[in-house]
Amino acid sequence: MQVDIKTSGIRPIRQTFSHLARRFGGDVPATRYQEATFDLQPTVNFHYRPLWQPQYELYDARRTAIVMQDWYAFRDPRHYYYGVYVQTRARQQDVQENNFEFIDRRGMLRNAGEEDRARLARFLVPMRHYEWGANMNNCFSVAYGYGAAITQAAQYQTMDRLGLAQYVTRIGLLLDGNATGVLDRAREGWLHDPCWQGIRECMEELFVTADWFEVLLAQDFLFDGLVYPTAMTGLDQTLLPQAASGYALATEFARTWYEENVRWVDASLRIAVAESEANASLLKGWIEHWLPKLVTALRPWADAAFGDQAEEVVANAAAELTTRAQRAGIALDLPAAATRQEVTA
Amino acid sequence: MNKPAFDVQATNAASRKAAPRKLSLKERYNLMTGDLGWETTYQPMDKVFPYDQFEGIKIHNWEGWQDPFRLTMDAYWKFQGEKERKLYAIIDAFQQNNAQFNVTDARYINALKLFFQGVSPLEYAASRGYALAGRNLRGVGARVACQMQAIDELRHAQTQIHTISHYNKFFSGLHENSYMFDRLWYLSVPKSFFEDAMSAGPFEFVTAISFGFEYVLTNLLFMPFMSGAAFNGDMATVTFGFSAQSDESRHMTLGLEIVKFLLEQDPDNLPIVQHWIDKWFWRGYRLLALVAMMMDYMLPKRVMSWSEAWEIYFEKNGGALFEDLARYGIRLPKYHEVASKEKGHLSHQTWATFYNYTHATAMHTWIPEPHEMDWLSAKYPDTFDKYYRPRFEYWDSLAKQDKRWFNPGLPMLCQTCQIPMLFTDVGSDPTRVVSRESVYRGTKYHFCSDGCKDVFDYEPEKYVQAYLPVNQIFQGNCGGSSLSDVVNWCHVEPADSGDFAQSEDRANWNRWTHADAGSEA
Repeated sequence: MQVDIKTSGIRPIRQTFSHLARRFGGDVPATRYQEATFDLQPTVNFHYRPLWQPQYELYDARRTAIVMQDWYAFRDPRHYYYGVYVQTRARQQDVQENNFEFIDRRGMLRNAGEEDRARLARFLVPMRHYEWGANMNNCFSVAYGYGAAITQAAQYQTMDRLGLAQYVTRIGLLLDGNATGVLDRAREGWLHDPCWQGIRECMEELFVTADWFEVLLAQDFLFDGLVYPTAMTGLDQTLLPQAASGYALATEFARTWYEENVRWVDASLRIAVAESEANASLLKGWIEHWLPKLVTALRPWADAAFGDQAEEVVANAAAELTTRAQRAGIALDLPAAATRQEVTA
Repeated sequence: MNKPAFDVQATNAASRKAAPRKLSLKERYNLMTGDLGWETTYQPMDKVFPYDQFEGIKIHNWEGWQDPFRLTMDAYWKFQGEKERKLYAIIDAFQQNNAQFNVTDARYINALKLFFQGVSPLEYAASRGYALAGRNLRGVGARVACQMQAIDELRHAQTQIHTISHYNKFFSGLHENSYMFDRLWYLSVPKSFFEDAMSAGPFEFVTAISFGFEYVLTNLLFMPFMSGAAFNGDMATVTFGFSAQSDESRHMTLGLEIVKFLLEQDPDNLPIVQHWIDKWFWRGYRLLALVAMMMDYMLPKRVMSWSEAWEIYFEKNGGALFEDLARYGIRLPKYHEVASKEKGHLSHQTWATFYNYTHATAMHTWIPEPHEMDWLSAKYPDTFDKYYRPRFEYWDSLAKQDKRWFNPGLPMLCQTCQIPMLFTDVGSDPTRVVSRESVYRGTKYHFCSDGCKDVFDYEPEKYVQAYLPVNQIFQGNCGGSSLSDVVNWCHVEPADSGDFAQSEDRANWNRWTHADAGSEA
């Protein structure tokens, strides 16, 4: 083409931004993820101490006990920057939208058996509040976290959790022919049903936990690691085929999302562990603190939802977490009993 | 029969269950947002939301919060995904076609440098600031709105980097915006502005940024850069500007919503909000000095003068806005009349200052061409010929004798806005610099205006902390004692600064644009 001939003699004066050239060893073209992520956050010469936390600078790595030489070590294995993130979710929401339409047209949820509808209403729909809690906890990490790499991913996670809370809300509406009775009862359940109280109590404790990395770990690795395989995607085994199909279609986005999310969460954990002994032992301590606690919190829900399968279901989820922690470089010293904790009847 | 079992059941169930009914949009949106939250009982709400009380704002009923857009995440992903698909297709095409050579001339790139150095980092700051508000405000609806703005602002920061990435390969001054943002003297103006807002409480932050910045001043900040790009053939920047516009209109609406909500909740909020409006109007207006000089001096093809923009977007539109807010007891921001009086001087004084110190910046300056001076005379009949043309013509004559004027000293900065003390008393004597002082705990602080002095006097313990670049240089904290030490410390390269006439940008541009005639050097 003529344009190519015209411009063939024009050589760029540089290939990339200087800070990327320093980081990646030389003046070579950068990827869009690199351009959109590295060194975006201000690091020095802050003007005013925050009125709300005068002990810290505006951006301050000391808001977590985790110590990193370089906070941009937290590369997202998905390489998400905003453009890729929204386009990926746009495709996934298209699929989910079709699923909802299909469910609605066939009445797959509102016409499922009375007992199955009651199960989903009691054991799944209150998850909208769980997701909203997860939104708050991730937003906390964006607000107080350090470095644009991990906070960017947490920001996508924040919006994902709002989206998931809204999808679960739609399941509540589908169960009820677009009336709000199921949602109202789910809200009651979240606030008062004994089977949810342990979960809610842990969630509220995370709301007041100060270390943002601890919150990120407890929410996105541990809590989700227990709740997703059980409540969000594991209930089909307790349902008759019609409701089970409706449930599977209604939670497809959540399932795909969770699998993807695990990649980022596990990578982040692995990176923090690999950084230092001190980080590794801190993270190990947090897991050993939170995992048994969350397992205990989940048991009443699991007992109610899974009956005599409960212990196995929860133990499997906890075992999966132990394996993932091990893969990230943390060998847990938890007695097997701690993750298979009996709950007083 | 091939009929799926579900259909049979659906028919059977028809009697059991009524057909789906339509929820109103408002009911539905509330289920998707406000209804997700709950009053915590295992932990006190005041511990869960520890930072939404100390500013003194009283909220009685968060349900009074109405989100005008009612955008759920699925719709957000869909719309934004589509916008990004189109935007990146255009950015790709722009790069493949080397469309950077379609801009009017290489001087225009300096407007882009100012934008990339001074505005793009604010997009990132906004993203983090809205994340703080998105966690710390007690009302669910308000938090959702802030979270959406947080991710939008990240979008703007990133799309701006991706657009300007290509310009960076061909022009100076664009290679390291975030590093410079933390260090370079004139960038402490936007940096301190945003850090001022972020280090305040969540209500002040949203009033400052959503209302003061996005609603009252956005037409004077973001839009002049975008229309400047359109007039000067910069299609890449125009495209992200257009693409950001639907986000911006959401943000503007949020700004008005926030202020009305605060004022409707409790009469005691009025004086607090009025103070914030006064403060952030003045802070924002001072920041706009950079935009004023961009509009009048840096665009080879001008859109409108700063003075005209101020008349349309502040005096006329802003006037109507504040008339509308009068029913809440809100009046026009304090010192708005000073800003209006300065409109005939602001851009000239700012450009003259950058011309003085261009060797310590990461952009180029120049004396306007004769026809550009004539344009300035026509747009500023009362001020340009009388006060500014002689100065530029004198400097021009020096430059022609190879004695281009560079100011070897360092200017005193205003403690609040951090702009050099360059503004004059336009009311009585436009040649005399305004200087105000306050003494706090035995130390004297200097200000460019009554507006900046007021801001300081209200919260001196905050503004004494300001990181003033010139003071830091004199204290030896900026890489050394010579100007070149300091400039190196900011990662400003020799090609980034100095007069446009001697710049590599200009030399390269002439070589490249003559290349189409085949005279490749």
